[in-house]
Amino acid sequence: MAFIEIDHLEKTFTSKSGDTEALKDISFSIDKGEIFGVIGLSGAGKSTLVRCINLLEKPSGGRVIIDGKDMLALSERELKIVRRDIGMIFQHFNLLMQRTVLDNVCFPMEIAGVKKKEARVKALTYLEQVGLAEKAAAYPAQLSGGQKQRVAIARVLASKPRILLCDEATSALDPQTTQSILQLLKQINEKYSITMVVITHEMRVVEQICDRVAVLEYGKIVESGRTKDVFESPKTEAARRLIYTRDYNDIMSGGSGI
Amino acid sequence: MQALGLEVLFKGTNFIRLLGGLGVALKISLLAVLISIPAGILLGTLMTASNPVIRAILRLYLEVMRIMPQLVLLFLVFFGTTRALGWDLSGETSALIVFSLWGTAEMSDLVRGAIISIPKHQYESAAALCLTLPQTYYHIIFPQALRRLLPLSINLITRMIKTTSLILMIGVVEVIKVSQQIIEANRMSSPNAAFGVYLTVLLLYFAACFPISMLARFLEKRAEI
Repeated sequence: MAFIEIDHLEKTFTSKSGDTEALKDISFSIDKGEIFGVIGLSGAGKSTLVRCINLLEKPSGGRVIIDGKDMLALSERELKIVRRDIGMIFQHFNLLMQRTVLDNVCFPMEIAGVKKKEARVKALTYLEQVGLAEKAAAYPAQLSGGQKQRVAIARVLASKPRILLCDEATSALDPQTTQSILQLLKQINEKYSITMVVITHEMRVVEQICDRVAVLEYGKIVESGRTKDVFESPKTEAARRLIYTRDYNDIMSGGSGI
Repeated sequence: MQALGLEVLFKGTNFIRLLGGLGVALKISLLAVLISIPAGILLGTLMTASNPVIRAILRLYLEVMRIMPQLVLLFLVFFGTTRALGWDLSGETSALIVFSLWGTAEMSDLVRGAIISIPKHQYESAAALCLTLPQTYYHIIFPQALRRLLPLSINLITRMIKTTSLILMIGVVEVIKVSQQIIEANRMSSPNAAFGVYLTVLLLYFAACFPISMLARFLEKRAEI
């Protein structure tokens, strides 16, 4: 049975200037331990979609079912408990600037009521996991973008999620750093069997780590399937455009294309 | 000495009296600051609330305090409450009330500005980390907002100290009033006293406000890391 099931999801934003349909009739399912990619251009509704999974945005219609639980039917308290299983990393890392790296990783554990000493020991092991143990005493401002994202990953691991949502997690990073972060995500996926939803506008991200991918355009899924299949024979104009954009970027950066 | 009229400072207890006047000014302004900052943080946070009634009331309060000259506010509280309500407020109490109301209003708008300048994704990531709303404000929003607030609130504090020069108008004997008294009393013997005394007052205000500026720089450095 599917671990995450999105069923006829709708999201409409209402404002003075009229309604905007951000998501239209979205349905897909993700298996346990899978890395699922959602790709689309800016404004396609990717971020809204990922925020509907952990209910940072409340869907206007449809259902979000995680591990058999209908997220929209949960009470505020139950939702908190389920949300603890869903980690999220962001494009802008969102670390606490006034805290050291170690304290950043300790933070979710402190909030959850773990003892300080215990939290520190655990935090160090997670920092080792992401290869940043020697930076434990540094402040985020002293780190590079890639290192900051590693801290964010260590922090999210500390809350022991079963699902990890990556919202453009590599979009602020250069290609080499992107590679290394993606490798790390892949390792984590294998080691802790965390199910991942990866939101991106970069085809190479999908290509490198996603098992399956959905192409989002104007709030609709226009194509989905195994990454390999979508890549080798894109059926829609939208998918083709994204793949060609990647080739174009490769040429521009001196890469070899497919 | 004669030309500057500084000799009047050494007559009797004149210099001590000036310091006493400064003391009165500082007492009122700093007490008002102590009230304004926490009250301003509270009201400023409420101003970002989604309840339109609360927002409208606070907005009205802010606009009234911002538009009215402080002198008019002082007259309203000092004379107005006596006429309308029969209260017998001392000048110092009236001044404290006006400065607290004014400081709170200005502070609340600074706090509101600082809070809404925190990007939305900060709230989102806090929610994704399972923080409750109070935890979000305490751990995420306030620490960032306070850093943005620091230079602005120091500016407000020094402005509050300097504006106490108006309270002589409701009969409070603060540093400007003492200066006037000294100058008047020595009009014949030291006709140049005005220059020397006001120069001294300038230096006294500087001595009072400069440490606050230094404190601000120190705090900003510390928050930087």
